[in-house]
Amino acid sequence: MFEIIKNTSIDFMQLKKYAFFFSGAVVAFGLFAVFQIFSGRANLGIDLAGGTSLQVRFEQQVQMDQVRKVVTAGGFPEASLQSVPEENIYIIKVSAKGEEEKMVGEKVVGLLRQGFPSNPQTVESIAEIGPAIGKKLRTDALFALAVSATAIILYLAWRFEFKFGVAAALATFHDVIMLVAIFYLLGREMDLLFITALLTIGGYSLTDTVVVFDRIRENIRLRKRNTFSETINLSVNEVLSRTVITSLTTFMACMALLLFGGIVLKDFSLALALGIIIGTYSSVFVASPIVAIWRGEKMVQVKR
Amino acid sequence: MWKSIGWRATLIAVLTAASIVLVLPSMTDILPSAWMEKSPKIHLGLDLQGGVFLRLAVEIDKAIENTNMRYADDARAILREKGIPVLAMAKDGISGFSLTLPPGEFADRALRTLKEEAGTIDYTLGPVTSSGAAIRGGMTENEVKAIRANAVSQAVETIRNRIDQFGVREPQIVAEGEDRIVVQLPGVKDQQRAIELIGKTALLEFKLVDEGASVEEALKGNLPDDDQLLYEKNVDPQNGRVNRRPIVVKKRAVLTGESIKTARVNFQSQRGGAYVGISFDNRGAQIFDRVTAENVKRRLAIVLDDTVYSAPVIQERISGGEAQITGSFTPEEASDLAIVLRAGSLPAPVKIIQNVSVGPSLGRDSIQKGIRAAMIGAALVVGFMLFYYRFAGVIADVALIFNILYLLAGMSLLEATLTLPGIAGIILAIGMAVDSNVLIFERIREELRSKKTVRASIDAGYDKAFWTVVDSHVTTLITAMILFQFGTGPIKGFAVTLSMGVAINLFTALVCTKVVFDYLNARRPMQALSI
Repeated sequence: MFEIIKNTSIDFMQLKKYAFFFSGAVVAFGLFAVFQIFSGRANLGIDLAGGTSLQVRFEQQVQMDQVRKVVTAGGFPEASLQSVPEENIYIIKVSAKGEEEKMVGEKVVGLLRQGFPSNPQTVESIAEIGPAIGKKLRTDALFALAVSATAIILYLAWRFEFKFGVAAALATFHDVIMLVAIFYLLGREMDLLFITALLTIGGYSLTDTVVVFDRIRENIRLRKRNTFSETINLSVNEVLSRTVITSLTTFMACMALLLFGGIVLKDFSLALALGIIIGTYSSVFVASPIVAIWRGEKMVQVKR
Repeated sequence: MWKSIGWRATLIAVLTAASIVLVLPSMTDILPSAWMEKSPKIHLGLDLQGGVFLRLAVEIDKAIENTNMRYADDARAILREKGIPVLAMAKDGISGFSLTLPPGEFADRALRTLKEEAGTIDYTLGPVTSSGAAIRGGMTENEVKAIRANAVSQAVETIRNRIDQFGVREPQIVAEGEDRIVVQLPGVKDQQRAIELIGKTALLEFKLVDEGASVEEALKGNLPDDDQLLYEKNVDPQNGRVNRRPIVVKKRAVLTGESIKTARVNFQSQRGGAYVGISFDNRGAQIFDRVTAENVKRRLAIVLDDTVYSAPVIQERISGGEAQITGSFTPEEASDLAIVLRAGSLPAPVKIIQNVSVGPSLGRDSIQKGIRAAMIGAALVVGFMLFYYRFAGVIADVALIFNILYLLAGMSLLEATLTLPGIAGIILAIGMAVDSNVLIFERIREELRSKKTVRASIDAGYDKAFWTVVDSHVTTLITAMILFQFGTGPIKGFAVTLSMGVAINLFTALVCTKVVFDYLNARRPMQALSI
């Protein structure tokens, strides 16, 4: 029998104050990031903000500042550039400011054709999103986040007792906010795929939490320990190996996607990979301690 | 025991055979054609096969306004014919207009005439003062409603006609909400041309040139009431420069594109330029015959969407109902113009509010990278399970392969669309698929440590891990379903693969692996388990 983690007896409940401090700080920053997003001071993708994005492949190598010069001279100094140097690919994004229509794909293509006449380009993709559609996609995304949060809480409340449900929901909220905080800090683009990653992580991070909660419930029933904190410690230690391994296999799949899946899915898989790590951390250090604090030390049976 | 194993094994065998039959046509094309054609297939999303996604907003108010202005022009023309002068004409909202008449006894006569000759409009007489009288005309509510109701469906029909003639396989053109149209053109190569073809209003009008009016005055803004200033577009074939020449024409069109029976591309033999030949329907031919007879030696402007294509001099009366639109066309432009003339004009201008075009090369590239990432991801996961759980890992890996097979079969059966995020969903599902077996195997290890027999440990492991596995799947399923509900095309693809993968996993991880252990135990109770 090969084991990564053998019978551990880490006192997780002792570590909870450090975890709460760390998580509290990151979540506070995450809420600030959310505020910034809503005030329009974040790097929103053009599918949410409206604007134009195009991916162009040059035949020969070209320097980033040359492309920037051509685009700026053509009247788009605010355009953002991203490149895949080994494939001579550039992604040029012009976001819509306010309600202004920004369907400028053809215009930018024309600028490049004129600016690099001896270096032919292939336009690999164009996406132009009017402000009205951007607004609709934005409200849809928020609605989806709200609906899924509600649905998850209802399911957990039905399967576990109320306090477990709330703790799991808080842990999920923590994961999602932490992911937003990291992306905001890194200045990464937040688009519809990022929202999708948030929802997916919201669903997946519960897997680990449910595993831990199931064991806590079972151990309370079996009365293996006298206090609730000890029961939680025992439970977390007992299931630690599977919590880590389930996350590890999914993490490996995400890394394959991140490293080999191409540029379109890069930020998406990064968000998923980070989310898996955060979700594992929170099921041990956030969800269970919340239950412990809320329930007190009494060994009350948990309803099934 | 044997009976239960046999029953489960048969189910798995049947499912597997059916899955292979379903999946093969999507994977290869060397199968007999009857099989290929009858079998449902996985569709590739626009992001994988390349293509154009457009969302258009139909400017319905413009359609109402245009109709309204036509009525206003008609009303004024009718009054002038009867010798009733009209001092001014103004818009009144989008569906109404007002005509100002000079003082005198004109008002009543005008109202009577209009009511007799232009039945679908409601006319009311305003206050008659010493300075004059005003007549207000308004479209009936029913007509406005009808335009509103029909504009989008007419536009969909027109765009479908254009696309069909342009030649796109399996286009999708559907109305969305009150004033939107979504157009999807998978696999279309000449994307910019397709977009232009769809977005063109293509309102063709024949208008007489007002030879008496001065272009200089018109440029300063002094234009007779029933004239308008348009520009004639000319492309210099040598250097591709576009020249725009102002030209003053009568506002009222003598003939519009509605009278066209058919249009086709022709080539002038001596210059090699392309032009579009059109033939009118009977009524159109009659009008054209009369107009050309009355206006010999004057110019007739051919106007498309308020741009003059050419303004040839009428040399003689044209009776055959045939005409030519010349201009500096490339063969593609001429062919597209013929298409839009045959398909008819849009009832209202459309605005492109969303355009997602993916070139075919990027699509191919995405598929290759997606498949490579999936292979590597699967290899990592399979390798890890083998390394960590040994023999039990082999069983979990076989279950994983079944999981992927059933997933692809399910997608074929539902004719689901595979998108780039959908591939990501499959990869994620691969990572999550073994989670269930990890939970079960860890539980079995625990039971083995408490000195139970192998068989009892396996049973207890499956039994006790069951609800944990279900609970952990349900939350992922909930979010995937919400994504399916709210997501746009590519993201819907992600929700489809992820939710199906996770749902199928419940069967492969809980049932398929268990039947192997049961079979081994039924043959001869296992003494040791490599897990």
